[in-house]
Amino acid sequence: MEYVVRLAQVHESFRIPELKALASLANIDLEILTYSPDSPFCVIRLSSDEAARKLVSRSILTDSIYELWGSGTDYEALHADIHHRTQHRWPEYKTCSFKFKVLGYQHTLSQRAQVKVIESFDYLPFEGPIKMKNPEYDFGVLEHYVIRTKIPTIIYFGRFIADGGRNIYLPYDLKKRQYISTTSMDSELTFITANIAMAAPGKLLYDPFVGTGSLPIACSHFGAMTMGSDIDGRTVRGTKEKNITTNFDQYGLRPCLLDNFTSDLTNTPLRLTRFLDGIVCDPPYGVREGLRTLGKKDGTGLEVVYIDGVAAHLRPNYIHPKKSYSFDAMLEDVLDFAVLTLVDGGRLCMWMPTANEQGNEVDIPKHPSLQLEDVSTQAFNKWSRCLLTYSRLPDSEVVEVKTRTRPEILPGANADTLNSFRKRYFQGFRTPESTNGTRTP
Amino acid sequence: MKILTLNFLTCARKACKPQATSFPLHPADSTLEIQESDLNIIFLQNILPRLDWPALISITTELGLPGLQAEPPEAEDLVVKEGGAKAEGEGMEVTEKSEESEKEASQLGKDLHRLLIETTIQEGKLMCACCGHEYAIKEGIANFLLPSHLV
Ligand SMILES: C[S@@+](CC[C@H](N)C(=O)[O-])C[C@H]1O[C@@H](n2cnc3c(N)ncnc32)[C@H](O)[C@@H]1O
Ligand SMILES: [Zn+2]
Repeated sequence: MEYVVRLAQVHESFRIPELKALASLANIDLEILTYSPDSPFCVIRLSSDEAARKLVSRSILTDSIYELWGSGTDYEALHADIHHRTQHRWPEYKTCSFKFKVLGYQHTLSQRAQVKVIESFDYLPFEGPIKMKNPEYDFGVLEHYVIRTKIPTIIYFGRFIADGGRNIYLPYDLKKRQYISTTSMDSELTFITANIAMAAPGKLLYDPFVGTGSLPIACSHFGAMTMGSDIDGRTVRGTKEKNITTNFDQYGLRPCLLDNFTSDLTNTPLRLTRFLDGIVCDPPYGVREGLRTLGKKDGTGLEVVYIDGVAAHLRPNYIHPKKSYSFDAMLEDVLDFAVLTLVDGGRLCMWMPTANEQGNEVDIPKHPSLQLEDVSTQAFNKWSRCLLTYSRLPDSEVVEVKTRTRPEILPGANADTLNSFRKRYFQGFRTPESTNGTRTP
Repeated sequence: MKILTLNFLTCARKACKPQATSFPLHPADSTLEIQESDLNIIFLQNILPRLDWPALISITTELGLPGLQAEPPEAEDLVVKEGGAKAEGEGMEVTEKSEESEKEASQLGKDLHRLLIETTIQEGKLMCACCGHEYAIKEGIANFLLPSHLV
């Protein structure tokens, strides 16, 4: 059966990846028939209304789903298509209560014009009562207008099946969250990420750059057990009143929080065994947090330092030395870690910044054991970032053999030479013509 | 830190990782605390095959916790067997359950929940038997950052 999904017209390139992930999670066969980034309407094929309900119930980017009764580039074509597709089913609806509504994208018809549109459907032999509240059947006329025009370019007509999950993330607004920092991720995006990562009850997901926990919180909302770590111990601990655990408590998600600990991804204490169902992360860009890994940048620090006769690292307030680390090397570490720890089919969802002024293709890190599922981009004024989604291939399906030669980090290299994105960011992405500000990530 | 998490942790040193003695880390001076939590049997069933059972046994022994069976259980051992005889004298009222309702946990399921999820180390150290390094746990949060001479 065909269905028309009314999508939110935001984060466009995340919409199909989200639907595909949810279909795969719920074991639903999903075929995308028509889709355009410029349109909120997407036509898909599914086996049943039940599958349609399941598919969209937690979809952040879906407003609603309708069983498709017809579509057309004008009303004449629409009515003809409705006849063609559904005439044999009209008797089933003869005595049921129903209602019609008209929903326009980029233009809303006046009340009177809507009534006229609805009257054009009077060939449907519906004799049941019209009920505005809880009718048995709810029909929608979905119009798509080109902006600032008054004639729709395409119209869909369908039977309403279910609302999507547009409201799910609203209670998680960062403004009302107790423990946040400048790098906490907007709740809508974290929920989309959790969906694409296929977070669900029974699973274990991990964020190696946990910060204030925004990604694990979204995953745990969907029932997954989560674990996080960060190189910055102060962030992991927070304060007595405000920390990652109190955030989980705020949303009643404590039962889904496994643990958080302090660690460096590059020297991870986690066993390299296949125990994770998913990895979600927003690695440090080196823009705000500075990119660090343990070790000193001058190559010293190979001997124990003693203070007052106690090894410095055993003193209570020991500050661990951290050296800057190339961003690309960090991303490769994440991929290597994912290959070693994800179960077959387990997903890695990783955010990556990309300055879009260069206009060239993003250099997407790759690994033969990871299949790149999707690349979804969020564009800002002067830069963009994307969500890279990979799934762990079973070893039997891996063809290539992994070889990598990573350049040694030279002593004395600073964050700017290691990370051209950071450098360009601090220069405000200046080009000869433009020197205006940028939005911070 | 939960006992379950300990089963996934080893020494952070790259040099120790390949050595069998680096896993499990050995708890010392531990202050244990039970933090009650909702029983999540689907999660336990999924995670069970990913556990290193011998390491779990040795940790429980080191912490003086009740012993575990020598052989790792199967996922189905964590729930009450389908059609299995219910304890007599139990009420007959049938609670409404949806199709997907959670299966009832067996005693083993409940015990493992208590051990893996509810038993936590609040204060203490985790020691690597390979290099001798000790990682501190404070207020339930472990710190695995290495001093530079160990990186
Ligand atoms: C973009 S922030 C992630 C923010 C997080 N999503 C949140 O909700 O707050 C990146 C984090 O990576 C941490 N980090 C930097 N280098 C690291 C490393 N080598 N290993 C682990 N964490 C690191 C930083 O301390 C920072 O908290
Ligand atoms: Zn060690």
